[in-house]
Amino acid sequence: MKKAKTLFDKIWDEHKVTGIPGGPDVLYIDKHLIHEVTSPQAFAGLEKRGISVFRKEQTLATADHNVPTINQHLPIREEMSRLQVSRLVENCRKHEIELFGLGHPNQGIVHVIAPELGITLPGMTMVCGDSHTSTHGGLGALAFGIGSTEVEQVFASQCLLQERPPAMKICVTGEMGPWLSSKDLILYIISQASTDAATGHFVEYMGSAISALSIEERMTVCNMSIEMGARGGIIAPDDKTLEYIRNRPFAPKGKALEAALERWKELHSDEGAFFARELHFDITGLAPMVTYGTNPGMGIAVDSNIPVLNNPSDRKALEYMGWQGGEPVAGKKLDYVFIGSCTNSRIEDLRIVAAVVKGKKVSQDVIAFIVPGSQRVRQQAKSEGLEDIFLESGFEFRESGCSACLGMNEDKIPPLSYCMATSNRNFEGRQGPGARTILASPATAAASAINGYITDIRMLAS
Amino acid sequence: MNKFQSFRSTVVPLEADNIDTDQIIPARFLKATGRTGFGENLFRDLRYDSSGKKKAGFILNNDSFHGKILMTGKNFGCGSSREHAAWAIQDYGFDAIIAESFADIFRNNALNIGLLTITLPENILKQLFAKCKKSPSTQIGVNLRDQFVELFDGESTSYPFVINPYKKLCLLEGLDDIDYLLSIRDQIALFEQKKASSIENLSRI
Ligand code: SF4
Repeated sequence: MKKAKTLFDKIWDEHKVTGIPGGPDVLYIDKHLIHEVTSPQAFAGLEKRGISVFRKEQTLATADHNVPTINQHLPIREEMSRLQVSRLVENCRKHEIELFGLGHPNQGIVHVIAPELGITLPGMTMVCGDSHTSTHGGLGALAFGIGSTEVEQVFASQCLLQERPPAMKICVTGEMGPWLSSKDLILYIISQASTDAATGHFVEYMGSAISALSIEERMTVCNMSIEMGARGGIIAPDDKTLEYIRNRPFAPKGKALEAALERWKELHSDEGAFFARELHFDITGLAPMVTYGTNPGMGIAVDSNIPVLNNPSDRKALEYMGWQGGEPVAGKKLDYVFIGSCTNSRIEDLRIVAAVVKGKKVSQDVIAFIVPGSQRVRQQAKSEGLEDIFLESGFEFRESGCSACLGMNEDKIPPLSYCMATSNRNFEGRQGPGARTILASPATAAASAINGYITDIRMLAS
Repeated sequence: MNKFQSFRSTVVPLEADNIDTDQIIPARFLKATGRTGFGENLFRDLRYDSSGKKKAGFILNNDSFHGKILMTGKNFGCGSSREHAAWAIQDYGFDAIIAESFADIFRNNALNIGLLTITLPENILKQLFAKCKKSPSTQIGVNLRDQFVELFDGESTSYPFVINPYKKLCLLEGLDDIDYLLSIRDQIALFEQKKASSIENLSRI
């Protein structure tokens, strides 16, 4: 009898070129995604060695982290940013790497464009010099983030020296009520499990609540795996996955697709496969989640009170937020609402926002902006009439990029301001020095933009 | 990479959990395209206020503490995969970090550039923190070959630590992963041929 394997093990084994005894495996990488921030040092490393990219046709570049989201057709104003982006253009030209850069209709956040173009496929290995590469696990790909030295390894050999992480299982059952989404689900899981619950592990999500999610919602779940310390997250592909992939520009077609579909049916954990850790959650009755502190594990139901905390680092977090334990979190004033990032900037997210804000006005006290994850999402939102809804409500509707997710490009939140964000990190200073971030779902962010304070979407909608 | 040598040094005790890479080096300093110079902005927003003045309470601004060892709490280096965080720590002058635990990508990045990450249990760290904070001249020895750290406070006490044997070898010998991978490129090409019929290769970019 064959040994029962996890989905993770199946993909890993298939990509293992060889192993160093007592050391890491040499893992073959099917697709390598790169962007302007973590690649220049790796390209410089190649140059120093006098070698070229080993498999350029398996490498895809975009500019997303350090780009403006207004007037992308003009030269970037800030010099260092302009240089970094043009360095990417030069490097891609020199090494003949496909670049979906500024102005290209396929440009966007690296983790949004690869799935929407059909580049991410079930069963493949995929890396990027960015921790949220875990996003692609939503399609059943084994995907994880790496550092620049590792980017250079992949450039040089299309392989990565990597210890095999143990597999962990998170099983989620139960049903979510109206207006809730997978963002609430994953914020809840992290709040319960803590920010280092999965450190060193590769997580597979399963259970009826996961199967019920759309592919885009699954990407949101896998995206935030890293906030529990996981190397990555993965969800076995099913019929929804296959439907999602069909007809995507770069996905296999015709006979090739049929063959692939057959093979993808094997991509699931076998009965009795071993997981080093297991967690189980029932999300019945879950309320919309928001964060109140400075790490993604500090999340609570929007209709509850900020906890009273005594541990010094928790107290410091509350101090940073300017809030007191015991106060209700709903009703807290906001200055900004940012809808974007690789967690929640896909077309389904924008549709939800439009459904919430249609015919309503953004509060006068709030600056609210929507940054679509890609140019394609932006075009789609336009053609579905969502842009008109956003503009009429008083949202800005920007061009695509990472924007205010990370406080690197022009889009920063000023010190001490409160920003509700649909992104993934509420770290101190993440959105700019002194900025205070509240993580939430697109529906909660949209409702809160209308009221100007943290809002329970279920109250606004009823 | 230089060969990692055993050393002895005073310690900078940064007693906090969950120090993320955004705190180690904020994103706005990631615009440089080289690997050097990041030490200047290490822990930037913990070290300086918005007007650029040093924050008195932060350990790096306390003249009593300096050394080649950074000591910290749980889940150090969580968050973004930016290797700039490891570069910044090394560039500032640290050769080793002792912590209760590290985030994975950070640990890989650090070891890849020869910055040693040492994990010790909570109770031992507590003692070390207490000692080093009380007398900043306390020295700790780092011995990678025999895998222990040694506390010198009149007498000497040593604490073993675990490290992946391959990583240990790389550090001690100054070996380069990329040289190794380049040496097996033929084997990799062969692997590709065997795998060519499988579906991943159908989606060429
Ligand atoms: S949107 Fe944010 S989390 Fe996602 S890739 Fe960009 S910076 Fe990273």
